[in-house]
Amino acid sequence: MKVLPVILRPAPAPWRAPVLDRRHGLFLALGLVLAVGAAEAQGAAAAHPSVLATLWRWTPLLMEGFVFNIAISLLAMAIGTVMGVLLGLGQVAPSAALRRVAWFLTQFFRNAPWLVLLFFAMFLLPFEVRVGGVTIPLPGWLKATIGFSLPVMANTAEIVRGAIQSIPFGQWEAAESLAFSRRRTLWMIILPQCVKRMLPPWMNLYSLVTMATVLASVVGVTEMLTLVSEVHAAEGGRAELLAPLYGYALICFFLYCYPIGRLTVHLERRFQVRI
Amino acid sequence: MNPAPPLLSVRDVHKKFGDVEVLKGVSFDVRRGEVICIIGPSGSGKSTILRCINALVPIDSGSILVDGQEVNDPKLDKLALRRKVGMVFQQYNLFPHKTALQNVMMAPIHVLKQDKAEVEARAYRLMKKVRLEGKEQSYPGELSGGQQQRVAIARSLAMNPEIILFDEVTAALDPETVKEVLVTIRELAEDGMTCVLVTHEMGFAREVGDHIYFTDRGVIVEHGAPKEFFAQAQDPRTRQFLDQIL
Repeated sequence: MKVLPVILRPAPAPWRAPVLDRRHGLFLALGLVLAVGAAEAQGAAAAHPSVLATLWRWTPLLMEGFVFNIAISLLAMAIGTVMGVLLGLGQVAPSAALRRVAWFLTQFFRNAPWLVLLFFAMFLLPFEVRVGGVTIPLPGWLKATIGFSLPVMANTAEIVRGAIQSIPFGQWEAAESLAFSRRRTLWMIILPQCVKRMLPPWMNLYSLVTMATVLASVVGVTEMLTLVSEVHAAEGGRAELLAPLYGYALICFFLYCYPIGRLTVHLERRFQVRI
Repeated sequence: MNPAPPLLSVRDVHKKFGDVEVLKGVSFDVRRGEVICIIGPSGSGKSTILRCINALVPIDSGSILVDGQEVNDPKLDKLALRRKVGMVFQQYNLFPHKTALQNVMMAPIHVLKQDKAEVEARAYRLMKKVRLEGKEQSYPGELSGGQQQRVAIARSLAMNPEIILFDEVTAALDPETVKEVLVTIRELAEDGMTCVLVTHEMGFAREVGDHIYFTDRGVIVEHGAPKEFFAQAQDPRTRQFLDQIL
């Protein structure tokens, strides 16, 4: 039998943003158990209190730090989303000048390293601002939050622009022929259809922001990672405590971000079938 | 014969997309209550004519008068024009996130600011008129193509337009659902609605059309009353087209 030289190349799988999955959690938990076990063994020899007891003792403080990370992520997400939606709408505005400015801002902040933006926010923003006669202090954590909101803004803008442009042009034409104004078409017909498409990538973005908040430790914000290193110092800087303490922080972030990742995948699947 | 001025008057309309001249001087009149059908090969500018009439596409030169209102006017009140001119599309273009009834109600409530209860009652009547009683709460995705197209017709009627433009409204439909949409359009015509149809349904054009226009490469080659047009078209281009289709 003659075999025709047909080369069947599998279609390239669509690129997917990396998502936390259950295996990662298993690895983390396993790593933590091993680290705790090893530290336990060494600690027993040197008559230190047990590692678990140490972790437990510091848990209230570390949780305070973790809640702070969550607060920063939520606030950065809120600010960034509001600005990002405006910027995304700017990218599809009728005015060419507005479109260009919005495009430039989006590209600029989307292609800058988050840590660099964070440094810029920390060192360029004043420590207080005067609005009218009122002085509003800008503590470090708030500046960091603003720093994180910049990449959120740019990424949200891209999500919004992509979603708007994915709506078939016929929807605009139909609305136009029914005497809808451009603005009303956008708010009543186009954007409601976009929400579904925007939700999964937007939630993914939120996960990334949450995990990035630990960068704030670099610029001196007292969040979880800063506290972890302070706790380690307070415990005498014992090397065997490093892995359990940082592993503890990892687990906290995993437990928070994993469900978000699962929900994102779930929504993606559900919306895929519907449209 | 008819002393009233035409409801729609298209005069020497030219339109270019880039270097391609799509309309090269198109003229025709439509009187109130008339049904005209525009036929012709694809790419002959049929859909563009419709899009020019309700100002979805601006024209380069010429004049389009709708009920005395000049469309080719930079100060045109587009919203006022579109209240008079309804349009139904090949791809239905219903709003997928709204129910059939909401699709019909949206524009009268939000654009014309009419009373919601009154609009709702009218929307139910229109759904009945297009024979979709009981489908009011269905989403477009749950309806067949023919049903969606009839919702689109009801949606257009809800604005109480003077004239409705139909852009190949049966071209995307399964053969078995074409008929239900054509029945609806014929009923509208019988009610006295002024209609401009771009269509490939020759039988239907012959049956409901008061006047047939044949376009090719941006000009109206030939026109006439359906009987004469289909029986004794003169121009060779028309003949060739009809021979292929019929």
